[in-house]
Amino acid sequence: MANAFIRWFDERVPGLAPVYRKHMTEYYAPKNFNLWYYFGSLALLVLVNQILTGIFLTMNYDPSATGAFDSVQYIMRDVEWGWLIRYMHTTGASLFFVVVFLHMFRGLLYGSYKKPRELVWVLGMLIFLALMAEAFMGYVLPWGNMSFWGAKVITSLFGTVPVIGKGLEQWIVGDYLPADATLNRFFALHVIALPLVLLLLVVLHLAALHEVGSNNPDGVDVKHGPKGNRWDPLKPADAIPFHPYYTVKDLVGVGVFLIVAAFIIFFAPTFGGWFLEHDNSIRANNLVTPAQIKPVWYFTAFYAIVRMVPSFAGTAVWGVIAMFGSIALLFALPWIDVGKVKSIRYRGTGYKVALTVFVISFFSLMLIGMDLTDTLFPKIFGSDIDITTWDNVFGRIMTVAYFGFFVFLWLYTHLGWEKTKPVPERVTTHD
Amino acid sequence: MANEVVDQGRRRFLTVTTAVVGGVGVVTAAVPFIKSWEPSARAKAAGAPVTQSLKKIESGQQLIVAWRSLPIFIVNRTSAQLAALPKQDPRLVDPTSTGTSAGQQPKYAQNETRSIKPEWLVMIGICTHLGCVPNYVGQMKPEPFDPNWQGGYYCPCHHSRYDMAGRVYKGVPAPKNMQIPPYHFVDETTVQIGVDPKGAA
Repeated sequence: MANAFIRWFDERVPGLAPVYRKHMTEYYAPKNFNLWYYFGSLALLVLVNQILTGIFLTMNYDPSATGAFDSVQYIMRDVEWGWLIRYMHTTGASLFFVVVFLHMFRGLLYGSYKKPRELVWVLGMLIFLALMAEAFMGYVLPWGNMSFWGAKVITSLFGTVPVIGKGLEQWIVGDYLPADATLNRFFALHVIALPLVLLLLVVLHLAALHEVGSNNPDGVDVKHGPKGNRWDPLKPADAIPFHPYYTVKDLVGVGVFLIVAAFIIFFAPTFGGWFLEHDNSIRANNLVTPAQIKPVWYFTAFYAIVRMVPSFAGTAVWGVIAMFGSIALLFALPWIDVGKVKSIRYRGTGYKVALTVFVISFFSLMLIGMDLTDTLFPKIFGSDIDITTWDNVFGRIMTVAYFGFFVFLWLYTHLGWEKTKPVPERVTTHD
Repeated sequence: MANEVVDQGRRRFLTVTTAVVGGVGVVTAAVPFIKSWEPSARAKAAGAPVTQSLKKIESGQQLIVAWRSLPIFIVNRTSAQLAALPKQDPRLVDPTSTGTSAGQQPKYAQNETRSIKPEWLVMIGICTHLGCVPNYVGQMKPEPFDPNWQGGYYCPCHHSRYDMAGRVYKGVPAPKNMQIPPYHFVDETTVQIGVDPKGAA
């Protein structure tokens, strides 16, 4: 009976089964994936969570300046299980960035952005960019006071562009201050336009990956290794079918991830004010600015760069250029780092040091963006220091370190300074 | 009947012209969608210039009107308040509004009283620190926050103080003088906020 149904289906859509085989049962992935390879599938899981919970949130949300704040309170208090659905959405947003940052760092560790996977990396960066826009607009929707002023500050970034800036800002906002028009368009972009873009990019990201095949912690190309495995005499010996082997492995990751996520959702949904900010429980007020304006944690490193670059020649646009530049450089990474050896296991000491400095600079910029250095510095250096000066000196050193990573990497690989270790022929764990 | 010889030049010309015409069509069709993001007629109406009669504002009184959702302070300053202004200079961050506050007012209000007519103060009532709305404390008598108070503004949020021209005092968190909007006098007793005087940049 079941077989007859499958045959009936196959006769009418003969293309479906090969697609399933190509991407699942006959997608051969290197068999030495480690912990770092969980985060791609976890990102997909969070995306599904965001779409599902998001659909249910729209059913009770009112995207108007007068109704938005109340409708979110209504979801939290009166809608059956509304609080859970919203907390799943807000926690999912922060965890999305956790897994995506780790996923991207995996790429830096094992050179997954290098030839022939440049397109996989660029598509991934486009996903990251769309995700940032999606997160920012979602953040504005509850129309609390942080939403309002967050929207004001971020749209003001566009206002710094010389000559056309003010008009551009007004065009994005649709009013002279963030208002009903802003909220309406951000809602439209957040729930339909950007999710469509995101889904399309995810499909392209996976299609591009499955075309060239997955990288691995050794950075060796299993396609060039010996042929013949248990399932197919022509396929790489050091690879295993994605399904069932990696689907089962990823399921373990999903289990652990869901335990962590559930713990946050049930016991610390605001995460001490880092996932959901206290000031956003106050209604949007265009006459009162919150005492401390800072973005959500995942934007802080990039926001710190804006703050650290001083105004020059009568315009504040340089900080904005630097911020966008810090992301643009990541796009260009496959052409900045042209070293032949992929994995950090066999790369020169220079790369290891540079990557460490890069990570330190990123976390330091996050601290500054979160305003944590304001309390940290007086504790370390005494309460009589000038915090602003220390903040600026520290922040500027870290900004230089961030950009320095790319400059160093270009010189290091283009001028042939890198002394690499020999790369093995096959993955190190083969039998 | 199929042509034996394909005219490649003709084919390329038709392809290019079709693409160009199609491209122009796409760009034209995009215009309404892009323009739909501009502030709507309703938003523009709310952001339109505000006209206010000054007839009923007595000496020493303040009236607050809304312009572009911002509170606009209109004050009929007394001669005593005006006389006290120059005396505040040493205590102010930028008494002439030419330093850090150079961009805080139109050129025609960049003077000691920060106004077109000395007695009339027209100002955006937003503290330059974090956007609170300062209180008008017009009487010249000792205040808990300043025993030598000569009239001005006191911000309840973080205790910033301004004089009767919205100029910020030293030693408070606010960095700049409060902002003066573009405005002009329609006639002797009517002010319009949002439009520069004729001939002024």
